[in-house]
Amino acid sequence: MHSNRYCNRIIVLPFSVLLEIRVKPDNSGVVTDGVKHSMNPFCEIAVEEAVKLKEKKLIKEVVAVSCGPQQSQETIRTALAMGADRGIHVEVAGKDYETLGPLQVSKIMAALAKKEDAQLIILGKQAIDDDCNQTGQMTAALLDWPQGTFASEVSLDGDKVKVVREIDGGLETIKISTPAVLTADLRLNTPRYATLPNIMKAKKKKIANVKPADLGVDLTSRLEVLKVEEPPQRQAGVKVETVEDLVGKLKETGRI
Amino acid sequence: MFPASRYSCQAHRCIRALKTVPTEHTAPQLYTTLHRRTCSSLSTPRITTHYTIHPRDKDPRWEGVEMERFADEADVVIVGGGPAGLSAAIRLKQLANEHEKELRVCLVEKASQIGAHTLSGACLEPSAINELFPDWKERGAPLHTPVTEDVFSILTEKHRIPVPMLPGLPMQNHGNYIVRLGNFVRWLGEQAEELGVELYPGYAAAEVLFHEDGSVKGIATNDVGIAKDGSPKDVFERGMELHAKVTMFGEGCHGHLAKQLYKKFNLRENCEPQTYAIGLKEVWMIDEKKWRPGRVEHSVGWPLNRHTYGGSFLYHLNEGEPLVALGFVSLPKLTFPGGLLIGCSPGFMNVPKIKGTHTAMKSGMLAAEAIFPKVTAESLDSETAGLHVPEYAEALKNSWVWKELYAVRNIRPSFHNYFGLYGGMVYTGIFYWILRGKEPWTLKHCGLDANQLKPAKDCTPIDYPKPDGKISFDLLSSVALSGTNHEGDQPAHLTLKDDSVPVARNLAIYDGPEQRFCPAGVYEYVPLETGDGMRLQINAQNCVHCKTCDIKDPSQNINWVVPEGGGGPAYNGM
Repeated sequence: MHSNRYCNRIIVLPFSVLLEIRVKPDNSGVVTDGVKHSMNPFCEIAVEEAVKLKEKKLIKEVVAVSCGPQQSQETIRTALAMGADRGIHVEVAGKDYETLGPLQVSKIMAALAKKEDAQLIILGKQAIDDDCNQTGQMTAALLDWPQGTFASEVSLDGDKVKVVREIDGGLETIKISTPAVLTADLRLNTPRYATLPNIMKAKKKKIANVKPADLGVDLTSRLEVLKVEEPPQRQAGVKVETVEDLVGKLKETGRI
Repeated sequence: MFPASRYSCQAHRCIRALKTVPTEHTAPQLYTTLHRRTCSSLSTPRITTHYTIHPRDKDPRWEGVEMERFADEADVVIVGGGPAGLSAAIRLKQLANEHEKELRVCLVEKASQIGAHTLSGACLEPSAINELFPDWKERGAPLHTPVTEDVFSILTEKHRIPVPMLPGLPMQNHGNYIVRLGNFVRWLGEQAEELGVELYPGYAAAEVLFHEDGSVKGIATNDVGIAKDGSPKDVFERGMELHAKVTMFGEGCHGHLAKQLYKKFNLRENCEPQTYAIGLKEVWMIDEKKWRPGRVEHSVGWPLNRHTYGGSFLYHLNEGEPLVALGFVSLPKLTFPGGLLIGCSPGFMNVPKIKGTHTAMKSGMLAAEAIFPKVTAESLDSETAGLHVPEYAEALKNSWVWKELYAVRNIRPSFHNYFGLYGGMVYTGIFYWILRGKEPWTLKHCGLDANQLKPAKDCTPIDYPKPDGKISFDLLSSVALSGTNHEGDQPAHLTLKDDSVPVARNLAIYDGPEQRFCPAGVYEYVPLETGDGMRLQINAQNCVHCKTCDIKDPSQNINWVVPEGGGGPAYNGM
């Protein structure tokens, strides 16, 4: 075990999410063919935080990991352009990708964290396409590491991490020891743009390809999607002239 | 209309009051009170905050901000990742590989993904793709639907009159393919990357750079991190400069950099003004029983009157699902020191055929062939720092693009007669079909599109039926389908040279036509908070980058500039 004063390595997990999705006509899922993929906004914040920590010289290396098909490489490139040092692309494609969920991803992350000897894992708190908010927590559980979720402020103090968390009642400050898992919330920072010169430089940074099987991870899903529906159409409002009309209408529609 | 006349009445009264007041001591005071009152009621709220209208070097909020730009050198820089730009990039790399030369080709594209800003019918004539990739089928080009049926009709409100599609007429489509052009462009992008072209989607070319001798040096990409009010945000970063021996501009219809280049190099001095059309396209999943894959339908007539040039198209795609695509549709000097124009930007569309993709691609390929020897030459004998390649224009004149466009040059202008559409069709029938465009005269267009608007008082408003939610939909739902969005906290990219002109002129004389001709609902005249008068509200986030406002504004006051890269529509295989 290393007893470094400073954290050596952070792994961030930028996930790509689908934007502008439409439900498939047979309600079996959403249309994914050719839909624009983009880095999950919370993951952008996670990457930004990792890069900031490196710029403050509190950690040595930022590794960006993404699980998915070929397009995930673009997400990793964006993370590299923002300042990550190298990338790992865990190839998951086809049917496996469709059923890839937080449980599978957290297993992959746990395996990688051990392999890479990371001290910190930072993820976005949830993906905006499935809204699960589970990956960070599951990863911490699998590794038996402490977790600082919904982080709106992170500071390193020796081998401990002080995390200010956004909770319903306000803000909660906790201190956890490393190695640890953090999930980024909206107010943690404002991510920088991936500028073109940095994208060009990022092309020279390495992205390693790994298969889930190499990590000993089983991708079978424990969930089956039964149906996906669009939210109900908003009905036009009805204007009424008098209070009697209003009461009448409410009775008509069975509200009262 | 009313508020404007109210202002002019007040101004009138003010002047009359001044005249009747003799030169007494009280006069100056009276003048100033009246002057102040009329000024405040005439004051325009500030609309435009973009730095192209309000330069930053005079803006105190920008003092001390680092404005240095990182610069990089390439052999050729291409602006625009559409059919023309990509074909040019591909051709350059093909030539480089053939001749075993190193060539750095960089392409910038404002859409976040190649193909996301591409929208077209589209009926593709394969002539250009056959030349570019004779093995396109093996490479998996998405040309899945050969045209099997060709139907042309004249529509009236209740009937359809079929018109026989005789072979030789420009609308005939035998041998062509119905494609989803966005997917085709995406495939071209993949081929380009394989050949080693550096593609940078999500980065818009915002500025043309010039050498000291006035020739084009390259482009600069857009700055990021400017707030809506024009001030710098924490995340502000300058764009990057890409320098090249030759820069190719393939921005598509009415490119904003091309607009600057026309002025700077006087490229339009000897040609007719460009006329434009706006097309609207929807992709529908239809009942399988009605689906006839390969069927191409075009119509003219209803709902347009005979003086409006346009029509509809309906193409049945054959890509596994019953999809149909349907919708409703003057060369400048092309070269200058350091650069040239390709594609729909200068405009190679064959109007009666309503096809421009193959000619756009060919223009890109010819440009590539013309500049290749020059950019790879060991020692260059150039007068200017940026290379001038007039050979491109020569090559175009000798190609099938020119023959094709020359043959149809009179068809669009022939519609400017009393019989409008029908006169034009007769002209086409005689001179194109029979005489193949060999007539010795070239008809003129009527002038700039922007000057064609009649004042509102001379027109009757059209009473449009309300959208029924089944086959017609309201504008904002349709805009939502385009997936268009922009970072909200940035200056509006629809800039006004003069903020007071919209209310004073466009609303006053033309009843605010930008509210009607913008297909995305960007422009709205809303009442002022103070209650008296209207102001123009610009909903820049809705913009679909069609540039109709820049083209059609009767005051030519609107200047469309490029927003932060990555913004705009997110078309999926349109």
